[in-house]
Amino acid sequence: MLETVIHGVTFKNPVIAASGTFGFGHEFSQFYDLSRLGGISSKGLTLEERFGNSGERLYETESGLINSIGLQNPGVDAFIRDELPYMESLGTVILANLGGGTLDAYLQGVEKLNGTSVDIIELNISCPNVKAGGMAFGIKSDVAYEVVREVRAVCKKPLMVKLSPNAENIVEMAARCEEAGADSISLVNTFKAMAIDIHKKKPVFDNIFAGLSGPAIKNIALRMVYEVSSAVQVPVIGMGGISRWEDAVEFIMAGASAVQVGTANFVRPTVCLEIIEGLEKFMVENSFQTIAEMVGIAHNNA
Amino acid sequence: MPASCLKSDILSHKEIFSGVYQMTCRFPGPKAPGQFFMVRGWQGYPLLSRPISVNDADEDTVTFVYEVRGQGTQLLSALRPGESVELTGPVGSGFPVEKLSGRVAVVAGGIGIAPLLYAAKSMKGCEAELFCGFRGKSYLVEAFAPYVSAVHVASDSGAEGHHGFVTDLLDAADFDAVITCGPEIMMKKVARACREAGVLCYVSMERHMACGIGACLGCTCKTLHGAKCVCKDGPVFLGEDVMIDA
Repeated sequence: MLETVIHGVTFKNPVIAASGTFGFGHEFSQFYDLSRLGGISSKGLTLEERFGNSGERLYETESGLINSIGLQNPGVDAFIRDELPYMESLGTVILANLGGGTLDAYLQGVEKLNGTSVDIIELNISCPNVKAGGMAFGIKSDVAYEVVREVRAVCKKPLMVKLSPNAENIVEMAARCEEAGADSISLVNTFKAMAIDIHKKKPVFDNIFAGLSGPAIKNIALRMVYEVSSAVQVPVIGMGGISRWEDAVEFIMAGASAVQVGTANFVRPTVCLEIIEGLEKFMVENSFQTIAEMVGIAHNNA
Repeated sequence: MPASCLKSDILSHKEIFSGVYQMTCRFPGPKAPGQFFMVRGWQGYPLLSRPISVNDADEDTVTFVYEVRGQGTQLLSALRPGESVELTGPVGSGFPVEKLSGRVAVVAGGIGIAPLLYAAKSMKGCEAELFCGFRGKSYLVEAFAPYVSAVHVASDSGAEGHHGFVTDLLDAADFDAVITCGPEIMMKKVARACREAGVLCYVSMERHMACGIGACLGCTCKTLHGAKCVCKDGPVFLGEDVMIDA
């Protein structure tokens, strides 16, 4: 009932652990069987290893979390060598989330991942925390179009493009990425935000700006998913503050074929499981036979 | 020992000093000294659970001693026995008490004294002395009595013991090993003194963290062996590995 097929890849359910909130799975495997998940998107990868940002990396807000991790990751080669064999063994769909500071870095990363068992490449043009995160490519849709077109030309895997809510025009951005050959669109990454330490009289983060996630952004993300899903033909994967099964249902009804759960994994490590179970119960109670019947239903009833 | 995420009954909960609470919860299974739990005693907000170290434990229970610092610990402190908290843990790599022998100095700063009780209790065949510094009056010190042969107290205000830093009282060269938990500036001094005296030193680090299990990478610290998660690779590290610029 929960099974959903997205560009030829079969997910046993539409709940994917979002990049940057789930590592490569190890930490969560002590709490539950990860084969229960629809998929896992890897920690954001870059061509080279990165230590990440200096200074304070986290700031809790009233209903969200601002992070300035800065894509701390072991690099694509080490991912393929050290992490992917474990992820392959988990029995769930594996997305390799790939960031890049230059077009060439994206292309080289894609070439390396082409020869592996990853199911999907999630192209991150949306990390706000580092130049290498690719948000420079995720603001103007013409720039994004060029990157996606070039990556598409060399990418042998299904290509999901992860959008930034900081894009100048999120709908146009999605449409241009589709035109450039994206097989699916995931949105949204974090919102550019900041915090000030009033006692030190300076910004909390060394980078000044950082990315806001969590329940605080949910209803803006939901609006963006709703708008984007009516503007593109390719599947949309929705995320942004999903922390309960009801949130997941909302995103699916707004037009998402699947959802990603991020910050909520930090709050309760078993939250994805609870969302999957709640979603199934809701479908039974409301006589939905398939996820597809629910996708975008809110548009029909608007 | 893998961590679990459980709803846990509060068995006792009391204020042992102004703004400092001791809470015992039912939580079966082993817990190592220096480990901690992500504790949540509320629905909704604050968003994140709070990392709180194991102050004491047995097969069936875990005890926390924490200081009310913000909204989360404020809400936690209002809970009564019979109510429940959500616990994720035990997590982290704690004090390697099996590697300690001979004379051991246990050095605490403020609420950093909390995890050191279970560490002192777990040390076998060591002769331990407690060095503890507080802003004003001391707390929790008497609980160490069965496990230490001497207690040295310092206070910032002069309200109790030596008027000054706890590090003024410690001569690392008198000991075979030092374990410490407290403000980073204090632990830096301790680690430096140990390095100069060639004494084994373990420090328990503190960082803001979101998940407590090694996924968010928010609590990363620089070590001689690269980037490590305070929550998962620590919180306890060799002093010389993390106090690089000390």
